[in-house]
Amino acid sequence: MTSPSYSSIIRDGLWSNNPALVQILGLCPLLAVTATVVNGFALGLATAVVLVCSNVTVSLIRGIVKPEVRIPVFVMVIASFVTAIELAMNAYFHELYKILGIFIPLIVTNCNIIARAEAFASKNTVSKSMVDGIATGLGFTLVLMLLGAMRELIGRGTLLTQASLMFGESAKWMTVTVFDHYNGYLLAILPPGAFLGLGFLIALKNVIDDRLKRRALAQQAAQAHPAGAV
Amino acid sequence: MIVQSMVRNAVLLGIFAVIGTGMVALTHENTKTRIAENLRQALLANLHELVPPDTYNNDIIKDHITVTDQAQLGTADPVPVYRARKDGTPVAAVLTPVAPDGYNGDIKLMVAIRYDGTILGVRVLAHNETPGLGDAIEISKTPWVTSFNGRSLNNPKPAKWHVKRDGGVFDQFTGATITPRAVVKAVHKCLEYYMSNRDALFSKGEHKGKPAA
Repeated sequence: MTSPSYSSIIRDGLWSNNPALVQILGLCPLLAVTATVVNGFALGLATAVVLVCSNVTVSLIRGIVKPEVRIPVFVMVIASFVTAIELAMNAYFHELYKILGIFIPLIVTNCNIIARAEAFASKNTVSKSMVDGIATGLGFTLVLMLLGAMRELIGRGTLLTQASLMFGESAKWMTVTVFDHYNGYLLAILPPGAFLGLGFLIALKNVIDDRLKRRALAQQAAQAHPAGAV
Repeated sequence: MIVQSMVRNAVLLGIFAVIGTGMVALTHENTKTRIAENLRQALLANLHELVPPDTYNNDIIKDHITVTDQAQLGTADPVPVYRARKDGTPVAAVLTPVAPDGYNGDIKLMVAIRYDGTILGVRVLAHNETPGLGDAIEISKTPWVTSFNGRSLNNPKPAKWHVKRDGGVFDQFTGATITPRAVVKAVHKCLEYYMSNRDALFSKGEHKGKPAA
């Protein structure tokens, strides 16, 4: 297997192999905590940090660990990082920690993380694994935030409520009430809203991909037959 | 050969277990005081919303006992009772009863009661009620929960300690009667419990205060 280039790693993580939209991995937190932007952002960030740490560690030890014991070792590495991050969030973002609750320890079970460890970090250099962790983590975070924004906007008529939990009291201004006196649309906040929202996002991504592909094909055709205007 | 590789792998796993545990232990050491302080501050913030800090001068968090009464407090678990005193005189008690019959499971409440038996305030600590319907019991959504302020066992009369649909004085929500009904019932039971155990609640425990007769 040839080592992928940095740009293709980044493109894969953010778009063409996006963990949430293409691999559909880690759905449990994706659907559960995305009722607001801030929740989605916080969990996405925590997941991304774990992903980068575990990717780097797994890549560092890839020469030492025998294939027979690699899975338990990966699990141990990931579980240690998640526990450490859970403690740190409890200490520094206590309110947010309370809201995200069980979904922080559940990052351990996010198959996306062990998938990257197994499929990428155990075969690539430390710096590439780090970039892969950042790109994949960012791709996941962006989808969480986008889904959070959609659900929050439709469900509550606001954006970035409780931003102060993440960025301190000075961030209160970030909360935007988009629709005044909005009664809320319950479906968006409840779990079905998450499924619907994710479905629309995946559909949107496929439409964009399709368009890009067609345009590329048309360009190719135009280059192949510069004279023949079809 | 096989034994050798088994030993090697076992040692390897052991080393990673030690490193992983070490990292978690280190983080725990560095964060535990801060986490404890966070929990304390969060509790204090909750208590201060109901019991104004200038009305008492004891260490309200330290001055607590736990009581267990499933019939009146809605849970088989021990319930902490925080006691506010001014110069040793009881001012108020804060209980955290549970309304076990919410629409979607337990509703955890915090009820602050003045020594004389009037309610200082009620807050909902945790619930799983339907967003947009039953969650109107949260103070951040609607002020409904303040309708308990100043109430006592005889205000309204016992027969009126219900939601309006059941012939009482407390509002229900459109589309959600079960939730407020459960809360009203739990608050009422908690008041009954408080009134029949008041002096024991204030005198029990290591921080003894003189109950004002």
